[in-house]
Amino acid sequence: MQKFRYLENVTTLKLDAEKCIGCGMCETVCPHTVFKVDKSKARFADRDACMECGACAANCPAAAISVTPGVGCASYIIQTWIKGKDAVIECC
Amino acid sequence: MKKLLLNKFEAESGDSACCSNEQGRDCSPVLRPLSIPMAEPAHDDAPCCGPKPGPPSSPFEKPGYRMWHFVADFAETPVGLVPRIETDLKLQDLAGTVRARLGISRDRYRVAPGLYSVGKPDRESPVLVTANYKLSFDSLRNELGSIAAWILVLDTRGVNVWCAAGKKTFSTAEVIRQVNRAGLDRLVAHRELILPQLGAPGVSSQAVLKGCGFKVIWGPIRAGDLRSFLTNGRRAETKMRQLTFSVGERMVLIPVELSLIVKPSLAILLAVFVLSGISPDIFSFSAALLRGFNGAVAYLFGVLAGAVVVPVLLPWLPVRRFYIKGIITGLVAGIFVILALGNTVTGLESLTLLLLTMAVSSYAAMNFTGATPFTSPSGVEKEMRQGIPIQVIAVAAAIIAWVAAPFVS
Repeated sequence: MQKFRYLENVTTLKLDAEKCIGCGMCETVCPHTVFKVDKSKARFADRDACMECGACAANCPAAAISVTPGVGCASYIIQTWIKGKDAVIECC
Repeated sequence: MKKLLLNKFEAESGDSACCSNEQGRDCSPVLRPLSIPMAEPAHDDAPCCGPKPGPPSSPFEKPGYRMWHFVADFAETPVGLVPRIETDLKLQDLAGTVRARLGISRDRYRVAPGLYSVGKPDRESPVLVTANYKLSFDSLRNELGSIAAWILVLDTRGVNVWCAAGKKTFSTAEVIRQVNRAGLDRLVAHRELILPQLGAPGVSSQAVLKGCGFKVIWGPIRAGDLRSFLTNGRRAETKMRQLTFSVGERMVLIPVELSLIVKPSLAILLAVFVLSGISPDIFSFSAALLRGFNGAVAYLFGVLAGAVVVPVLLPWLPVRRFYIKGIITGLVAGIFVILALGNTVTGLESLTLLLLTMAVSSYAAMNFTGATPFTSPSGVEKEMRQGIPIQVIAVAAAIIAWVAAPFVS
């Protein structure tokens, strides 16, 4: 996956190191190896590889991770522009 | 009246009791259906046209249901009969895969949610969770030859694991619902579920544990790695947790992308032919056909450049924004169109067609973001804010120039 890079500095992913308990769940569920647990604290290994799927935030038992999850799909985003973010959208 | 009926019933049951003494005489109408053999041998000798009839119905068949070809038999378990499924894919599975990949009835290509089994699983066997899109189900069972396991299929509305997790149909609530519905706590002695890693955006492992007492173990991304995951003490190597997006993986997505473009394309092509007919004589049918053909060729090459060439060449196109990738392939395709059409188009028309091909390709390429496993919504939105205005201006300019062309020449 390393040869597929997308836009830098756009992800909404945030990690609160204070809250982190170092369980390593984020490292397990992330499909892009964004996290690495060092000395029982998670840190970003490759933050710009994040595609905002939301797996890490949903599975962090300490609520140390936040991200605005969504579908990176153009026709979906066009529909949210037209119908609003909360509309029921049929896509992909 | 009720009493009368009751008496009659008593009388009849009395009768049938008496005939148990007279062996060989079947006088109990209640028992008769059970004593009918499954196939009536008389038919074999009866004069009949056509080939011989097939085998009798399986005892597992039920009125109103149709049995899947992949069900070998049913296992008796504390939670009832559980279908035991085969792990090898048959010709009809492959045909179904091809149909789904072409986008034909893809949303109805699903299996019933609930519990299945492979091999001869027992109380200690692992429970594998998957989606009810038949392609997901097939890719899982096809990797399980000789593994004994329970399979819990979630109702993801016929959507694959990852997209369903994104849409929240592969969800915490659905895992809990199916675990309870199947009575899993009465079936297995352990309290663990193996979920595909790509289900994680929709499922919170802590919430599942709290909700039904089962611990979620995140399995590998690909079903093909399950065997080594299970034999390696349920440990996934780093590469089993990382996505891939090979040429093959990209190419199988192209037909569905194209099938989604067919409908709007028909409307667009109609508009191209109508616009092409506008002439100094108000409307010319011959121009509509001749120029319309040129416009249609440019449009279709734009679709090809954006929805086929971009996915294939994805990692080698030297920019990250998809709309620019589409402009690059569209430029090449547009030049090819102009060279192919040669003398049938004027200089102005050539430029117009080039613009159209590039805009269409750019838009189609941008749409492919939805099919890739690495584009973030924040990134897609950012590039769309740049790309869409450019595409709209290009198309508007192309329409004006195309309609104006017969008037200026």
